[in-house]
Amino acid sequence: MSFSEEPLLYIGVNLAKIIIVTHVVLVVCAYAVLAERKVSAWMQDRVGPNRVGYFGLLQPIADALKFFFKEDIVPGHVNKALFVLAPAIALMPSLIVLAVIPIAPPVVVMGHTVPMVIADLDIGILFLFAISSLAVYGVVLAGWASNSKYPLLGGVRASAQMISYELMLGLSVVGIFMATGTLRLMDIVNLQVDGVWNCFYHPIAFIIFVIAAFAETNRLPFDLPEAETELVAGYHTEYGSMKFAMFFIGEYAAMFGFSALVAVLFLGGWDIPFMSSETFASLGNWGAVVGFISFMTKVLAFMFLYIWVRWTIPRFRYDQLMNLGWKVLLPIALVNVIITGLFNLPKGS
Amino acid sequence: MPDSHVVPPEALNDFMPVLMLVGFAISFAAVNIVGSWLLGKKGTPHPIKDSPFECGMEPLQEGRRRFSVRFYVVAMLFILFDIEVVFLYPWAVVYQDLGMFGFYEMLVFLTVLFVGWWYVVKKGALDWNSRRGPLRSS
Repeated sequence: MSFSEEPLLYIGVNLAKIIIVTHVVLVVCAYAVLAERKVSAWMQDRVGPNRVGYFGLLQPIADALKFFFKEDIVPGHVNKALFVLAPAIALMPSLIVLAVIPIAPPVVVMGHTVPMVIADLDIGILFLFAISSLAVYGVVLAGWASNSKYPLLGGVRASAQMISYELMLGLSVVGIFMATGTLRLMDIVNLQVDGVWNCFYHPIAFIIFVIAAFAETNRLPFDLPEAETELVAGYHTEYGSMKFAMFFIGEYAAMFGFSALVAVLFLGGWDIPFMSSETFASLGNWGAVVGFISFMTKVLAFMFLYIWVRWTIPRFRYDQLMNLGWKVLLPIALVNVIITGLFNLPKGS
Repeated sequence: MPDSHVVPPEALNDFMPVLMLVGFAISFAAVNIVGSWLLGKKGTPHPIKDSPFECGMEPLQEGRRRFSVRFYVVAMLFILFDIEVVFLYPWAVVYQDLGMFGFYEMLVFLTVLFVGWWYVVKKGALDWNSRRGPLRSS
């Protein structure tokens, strides 16, 4: 199926995929906030939100409405254009990276085989890293445009932290490309469905990637940019109403994106152990449903890990954060590339 | 001579959904900002409301202070190392096709990178504790 042959079907299918993926992510984000509050409450022996709807299940909707109806304040001392633009820049990249993440085995629609990924790019992972690194601009601009001391400190810290750990993120996955010979995420998943999950082949890369993913999303133990005990709220101190919520949606969507990336790169994507691609194909379109459930289970489990770690490990000091990144993870990642090279020496030599 | 300005149809096919998603992301952000501006409660202006947040105290000095030179050093090092990582990507993709030559070549490249990293660490560019700051002269 291509745009030049059947433009209407092409646009319709892609629009459907975009709407499904973005809405799944936004609903997961909304309920991840509730889950975070519930799990935090249980870990601290509290009850958590339980007033809005049974079990607090309508809490995200109440929160969203409240954000919209709060006073939309732009303080007098800020740089107005950048102040309004920053939350949008922080939010958009974490939605755009979803384009290259394969969520299920292909489905057959009206005789066409449709891959369940918005854009099956052959440079998938490069595109993903390029776009996700733009999120740092939102944070830095928010800190700078606020023209206030705490946001500036938060923004500057965030920029140094996010660019440092982006390095480890990019370096840790080189080994996977050496073994698979492709940057297309769909191919990486297919190889794992019929083979072994990459987290067993590349355990060092897996650990480095997970640590870097925590630092990239500014989550505890690496939440220095918004360390509330010293910086009030970090880069979004001066924000209120929906603009504040947009930073939150951006953060949770980024958590979803990285969880999905861990699932795709290391945990086999939609694969279920002992099921091969033929088993999925024999189920027809139900194979896609089963695969999607398997994929979402992995993503949600990893998002639970984010919340779990938040209440388990205390925050790093800034020098410890930088030392861990530059002096520990970077050399380990470099050595890992060489080790992976030795284990996967080119055949026939 | 082929016309290099025409976008190949495969690229259009591949990237059209990305453009559509970018459009969705922009409109989602715009709806949030405009919606909150339209629906939000119209509060009364007050000079205290317009002042920077400093835990309830009168703001002291200007908001944009000078910050440590270490942040600039980290930014420069990031650019250097990130370019090296980007060099690794195409090599990694064709690693199986290059044969042993590719392995030894990259061993040399990574050694140079490692020596560079060692120099940076010894020079103290990544020391966030020392009082004398980064880039000691000795």
